[in-house]
Amino acid sequence: MSRAGVLRALIFFGLLTALPFAVTEHWIVNLGVFTLIYAGLASAWNLVGGLAGYPSLGHAAFFGAGAYAEAIYFQHRGVGANGLLPFLALPVVGAGVAVLGLAVGWIAMRTRSDVFAIVTITLLFVVQTLAFNLNSLTGGSQGIGMPGAPFDVDSYERPFYLVLVLLLALSMGITWAALHSGAGLSLQAVAADEERARGIGVHVTGVKLLAFAVSVGIAGMIGAVWAYYVTFIYPQFAVDPLITIGMVLMAYLGGRGTLWGPVLGAFILVPAQQYLAYQYGATQLYLIAYAAVFLLIMLLLPRGILPSVGHLMRRRRVVTERASEEPDQDAATTGIGADGGVMVR
Amino acid sequence: MHTVIQALILGVLTGGVYALMASGQTIIFGVMKVVNLAQGALVIAGAYLSYSLFTSFGLDPFLSILITTPALFGVGAGLQWLFLRPLREEDRAELSLLVTFAVALGIEGVLSVTYKTTYRTIQASYADRSFSVGGYQISAVRLYAFLLSAALLGVLYLVLERTKFGRAIRATVQNPESARLLGVNARVVAAAGFGIGAATAAAAGAVYGLLYSFNSGSHYDLISRLLSIVVLGGLGSIGGSIVGALVMGVVASLVAALGPPIWSDFSFFIVLLAVLLLRPRGLFGASLRGAL
Repeated sequence: MSRAGVLRALIFFGLLTALPFAVTEHWIVNLGVFTLIYAGLASAWNLVGGLAGYPSLGHAAFFGAGAYAEAIYFQHRGVGANGLLPFLALPVVGAGVAVLGLAVGWIAMRTRSDVFAIVTITLLFVVQTLAFNLNSLTGGSQGIGMPGAPFDVDSYERPFYLVLVLLLALSMGITWAALHSGAGLSLQAVAADEERARGIGVHVTGVKLLAFAVSVGIAGMIGAVWAYYVTFIYPQFAVDPLITIGMVLMAYLGGRGTLWGPVLGAFILVPAQQYLAYQYGATQLYLIAYAAVFLLIMLLLPRGILPSVGHLMRRRRVVTERASEEPDQDAATTGIGADGGVMVR
Repeated sequence: MHTVIQALILGVLTGGVYALMASGQTIIFGVMKVVNLAQGALVIAGAYLSYSLFTSFGLDPFLSILITTPALFGVGAGLQWLFLRPLREEDRAELSLLVTFAVALGIEGVLSVTYKTTYRTIQASYADRSFSVGGYQISAVRLYAFLLSAALLGVLYLVLERTKFGRAIRATVQNPESARLLGVNARVVAAAGFGIGAATAAAAGAVYGLLYSFNSGSHYDLISRLLSIVVLGGLGSIGGSIVGALVMGVVASLVAALGPPIWSDFSFFIVLLAVLLLRPRGLFGASLRGAL
């Protein structure tokens, strides 16, 4: 890792961790919790949707699976005197959801792009219907509750917030490792040209299934934290197409396939989204506003903020270089072309 | 046995309506290689339009189609022009999924602001009428709906096979480049193809409103069924989507008749999984894997 990269990560996570200690207003920390939920989800989605090039629209199903696993297990059990048991259960939830993801991915990843998106979005609706209909397990449309956390009222959100920071760090750490390892190279080869990657000996199936399982496992753990945070979950909110679309949109806005892009997207969009829901929530106008924001991003910034900014900066650098050494013009121009597709990290 | 045949009849009648929606989806995929996630939302929009025309002017849903199909044709062509045309060729497949998803959300938002979220049905005078043939009950609405869908599919077939415009569409589906070289205006064909897809949604929506109660969120339920149908039939094949719709309709209604009714909601997903395991390119699809 470059020194600047380490520094950037340290500053980012340092500030993030300090926030709930510096600020105690509930609404801010609450907004922080939701921003971290989406930042973690977008970052996890990015492993499959950005790096491997498999645009999953079904991640909310695994978020919901994690949420229900947590709620069902703790429904009639105590959360411990310090309220940390549900957090300690996270690795188990994550592993369980990852195994589920392996099974789903094994079938769904036989298809690519459009059809993969179709299969995963269908899965999302099926899981939602299951959550509605398996009354004895999920409580159906009545929802299911788990005990509230015995945390201090003044800093109630803080433990959730910190656990979510950890999960975000986990997701970004895995993304970083994937971008700088052989497995990551294989993933990028899968995204670029799967058949050719297979031809030159990349373990295509293994590497993309691994990415899918890790990605949905993290989504499941975030779902579990969310369930504990809200303490009562309903099918339409636990398995919500808007959650899927939220994480995908954030990854696109910031720049898919990059380390920081999805997080940046979440830090921009979640506050905007909460504001819209707060302003127009009662009238469903927020759906229209959300769709409008979405369409604008897709049309104006299809490659995302970070890749676009990186592209601009590279172009400027090339232009200045070209001004200083006029004869080398051709090399400089091809430089843009070759670099244009490379993403900023 | 009686229950099985009764379920078969019901399944075919329902499947016919889904065939109409799915063939619209297929045309859109054919001309643009875009999987339209807003197809369900357009069906629900069509249902609400017919509902309004019925409650405000007493216009029969089967007649209101004459108004709603041109209206949604315009909407569809406009959506294509505004949101899909500007996408760059190389990332169109992926971005169009998200764009049409956003369009679906937008339509849902507009509908829920206009009509609130209470469930509606179109209560036509013949809603409860049914025929009895050889001991089997056939509901009049379902029969009319099936006949209308079959007739519209026939019209669609004639337009595609017998008109110059239809030839332009088929040429674009087969090879956009050569079609352009031969003087086909690809942009107009793409917009019109999307328009036709939306128009079939309007017609199917009128029928949907007669058969089921719906609200602005119903499109989620519809879209997962429609997508399963087109994957079963093979993306891009109209014949495939019709067969797929009939198979799904029959399977769902058999499961509903013989097993616990909840499971009929999942039957389409089970069929989808089976298709992906056994024949990933669908019944009539050319090559699904890698080709898209």
